Amino acid sequence: MVMTTPEELNVDLKATSVEETVSHLTQRFPGIVSADTREGYGGVIVAKDKLVDIARYVRDVLGFDYLSSATPVDYLGEGNHSTDHLEMVYHAYRTSGGKALVFKAQTDRESAEIPSLIHVWKGADFQEREAWDLYGIRFPGHPSLRRILMWDGFAGHPMRKDWKEAYYEEDHKPFTSRWPGGHVHRAEEKSIFGHNVRYPADIDLSRLTDVSESTLYSGFGMGVDVTRMVDHHGVETNELMVNMGPHHPSTHGVFRMMLRIDGETVLDLDPVMGYLHRNHEKIGERNTYLHNIPFTDRLDYISSMGNNHGYVLAVEQLLALGAKYNPPTYRAEVLRVLMVELTRIVNHLWAIGFWLNDLGAFFTPVLYFIQERERILDFFEAVAGSRMMCNYMRFGGVFADVPERIHSVTNLINDRMRDFDTMQFLTEMINERIPRTIDELDAYLTQSEIVRVRSEGVGIISREDAIGYSTAGPLLRGSGVAYDVRRADPYSIYPELDFDVAVETSGDMYARYMVRLREMRESVRILKQLLPRLEYTKGQPVNDNNMAYSGKVPVGESYGRVENGKGELGFYIVSAGEKKSTANPWRYHVRAPSFINLTPLGLMSRGSKVADVVSILGSIDIVLGETDR
Amino acid sequence: MEVSLQELNKTQYPIPAELQNNVAITSLSKIYNWGRRNSMWPMLFGLACCAIEMIATASSRFDFSRFGMEVMRATPRQSDLMIVSGTVTKKMVVPIVRLYNQMPEPKYVLAMGACASGGGPFKEGYNVVSGIDKYLPVDVYVPGCPPTPQALLFGLIALQRKIDGQSLTTADDVPWYGVGPSEPTPVPILGPDIIDPRQMDMIRRMAESKAAKDAISLPDGRALPAVKTAAAVVPVAKKATAAAAPVAAAAPVAAPADDKRAAALARKAARAAKTGGAPAETVAVEDAAPAAAAAPVVTAAAPAAVAPAVPADGAKPWEEADEIREQRKAAALARKAARASKRDEGK
Repeated sequence: MVMTTPEELNVDLKATSVEETVSHLTQRFPGIVSADTREGYGGVIVAKDKLVDIARYVRDVLGFDYLSSATPVDYLGEGNHSTDHLEMVYHAYRTSGGKALVFKAQTDRESAEIPSLIHVWKGADFQEREAWDLYGIRFPGHPSLRRILMWDGFAGHPMRKDWKEAYYEEDHKPFTSRWPGGHVHRAEEKSIFGHNVRYPADIDLSRLTDVSESTLYSGFGMGVDVTRMVDHHGVETNELMVNMGPHHPSTHGVFRMMLRIDGETVLDLDPVMGYLHRNHEKIGERNTYLHNIPFTDRLDYISSMGNNHGYVLAVEQLLALGAKYNPPTYRAEVLRVLMVELTRIVNHLWAIGFWLNDLGAFFTPVLYFIQERERILDFFEAVAGSRMMCNYMRFGGVFADVPERIHSVTNLINDRMRDFDTMQFLTEMINERIPRTIDELDAYLTQSEIVRVRSEGVGIISREDAIGYSTAGPLLRGSGVAYDVRRADPYSIYPELDFDVAVETSGDMYARYMVRLREMRESVRILKQLLPRLEYTKGQPVNDNNMAYSGKVPVGESYGRVENGKGELGFYIVSAGEKKSTANPWRYHVRAPSFINLTPLGLMSRGSKVADVVSILGSIDIVLGETDR
Repeated sequence: MEVSLQELNKTQYPIPAELQNNVAITSLSKIYNWGRRNSMWPMLFGLACCAIEMIATASSRFDFSRFGMEVMRATPRQSDLMIVSGTVTKKMVVPIVRLYNQMPEPKYVLAMGACASGGGPFKEGYNVVSGIDKYLPVDVYVPGCPPTPQALLFGLIALQRKIDGQSLTTADDVPWYGVGPSEPTPVPILGPDIIDPRQMDMIRRMAESKAAKDAISLPDGRALPAVKTAAAVVPVAKKATAAAAPVAAAAPVAAPADDKRAAALARKAARAAKTGGAPAETVAVEDAAPAAAAAPVVTAAAPAAVAPAVPADGAKPWEEADEIREQRKAAALARKAARASKRDEGK
């Protein structure tokens, strides 16, 4: 029997399904590419020395031109696999839409080395640096492989399974009793320092110079701070090194940029991050699956509902492998989309408002947007109990249905209690207030000469670079790529909803602003379609799914992704262990759009003025909770 | 018209008719505090999620400019209040301490939210500092994750109340009314893990005992640095060590009863030892009679509390938390008993 490959049938290799691609790859490259046959896993395993060639083939011949995520997994002492090893997992997509091609490369733990894919996808840059930082995998071929989230000189690679922190208690939650002898103890008391620290036995206290920034500067190609140079008029000038942040009002949090400038012109820019690295993934691998939902709120803390959605989708993919799982009811899906679209409006209002701050309209426009945001937060508070950290979604449903009435405890005019019918409140908000705010914004800003002059033609990223650098969200769509996960790889009830993907082609800051503006209008369009759905699904259950609170998750891997306000938010989850199902994720990784969108910041800023760098950063729209995780 | 100051200070002093309704008499502290509490400028400084709620508090719906706080300054040189709004990471605490040192006195710290108060949900993380109070003196803690704007406003009002209670005359509660400039907080160092210079001694002893117990000779045969060498290399450490040594030296120094300055300096040193993360449980018991103004009696209530950090037998000290806890508990009980007996004497 002769197997026919799609190639032999003259099938367009760029249009085959993922399953066909996997079988094509294994047949085309026998001995190099093998299908991943582990239970619950998909994709292929590539021999690591041929990884770059296979990646090129995947990108150029098979058409998977967008590297969404690259992340390591540490399989140490895991029951399903015979040997301990580290594994890099890559998720590649086609920008024309469709499912992911997952390919993996394995390496041993002691001398972990995997060839860098930075020359295939530039978007691998920061992700490989993160893998080196947290897992200690070296990437030969990477031009500046240095730590990105922790500081230089930090002892160890903390995400490895055998690395234990100072406050380590147990491998998994829930912990055993913290008050066994009748009195509670706190983690500080277990450390003689009373701090969350641990030192290696051979700590050298005689050489306490802070080396945490030395490779940062040397990696920038500079040994000294000032270089003398002569400009084109023959005047001698200095090339300066300027640090912006981590405490700087324009960096939207604790972000830092290192700029090499000549006068006002930026020659080079290097983002420095990790100032809010709060170990989301390490803690997430210790938590139970359910524990992680409130933690996802604190990723992109402007749009917590969207984060919830991505995470529950990822876990639901795994749950669906088991026997006892029912998908969410229709009303639960409607409620999810309702919350997520309101969140998107909040996010874009916030993004545009703070971008205007960066342009110089300091806090005047943003006050109007925050006012509108407050009304939406009132609704969230009434539904979920919290303004910002909603913790609303559950596996196979949502936490609770919307209440009958909304009590807004504070109000814009006076302190009297207000009491609304929920549907009336929502209808008014969706049909009148939000559109009015967007119209107002549009009227004052879109044609404003200052906005246009400052933003048109500034911070340009080309279509090819936008794809190659793995950017997502308004950054990608502002460069003419009509890629929206809601359409490209639909989830929830988006297929039945009527909306357009906002695209602009010029790739500058103004294009990103226009994408956000139009996306808000599209969100309103979606919300209007949800109102009748909310009416006729009234009374349906939203959270009586048997999996909502008891979380034993079947083994396997999953990648759940949503189109969040900032871009494609993905959760890569591995459930692995000796049993059929597990209570804690083996690997929990967040593909953070704010993090990966920063990869081309240097490219976009080079040659622009210092004042523009501030607004270019604002136009990317980052949130540090998600950037640093 | 010559009036002696003593005459003027008498309450019966006749106020001339033309000055009546134009003069208000109050204490200097009161008017000074009134000015400060109503122009408390926070630093424009956001760390994490709580910063978003701080911005919401600043904006029109909640509007903390009603309390004189609308001027958020981006530079520490112009701000009075540091709102630590979010998770403090080890990488970020270094700039935070620097910023705090750059703020002019009087300065206040408000820990906003669970993370800034004690590490919050991220406490166990390897890059997370369990509360900014491990490094800086905190005036007000606002609980919540994140605190609502109302809660933050309440915290700010609590801070105003605290300022109302401060007095120019008692240098003890308010360091900046005391004598001489305040010591800057030692800036932590990023080594293999974050190093608090105030704990340098403990780190050294831990490393020594660790090396002794496991019989690890250092890779290149290098000896562990002697105390003196390390202190010379790191001047901050030296200073901190002196402060951290639980002012045992302060007790024998017999300050003359009339030398208030020396007494104040000694009290200040005691306070620094108490708040500066010193490991020992030192209790500064002040002389009950204020008129005497004698040198403070500083007793090390639990001298053993330093020792258990490195027991002589070299057992793993960091695993003997129970013992330390017991000792701390005993020390706390002793303090409580002492307070109770003092109270009874007062009656």
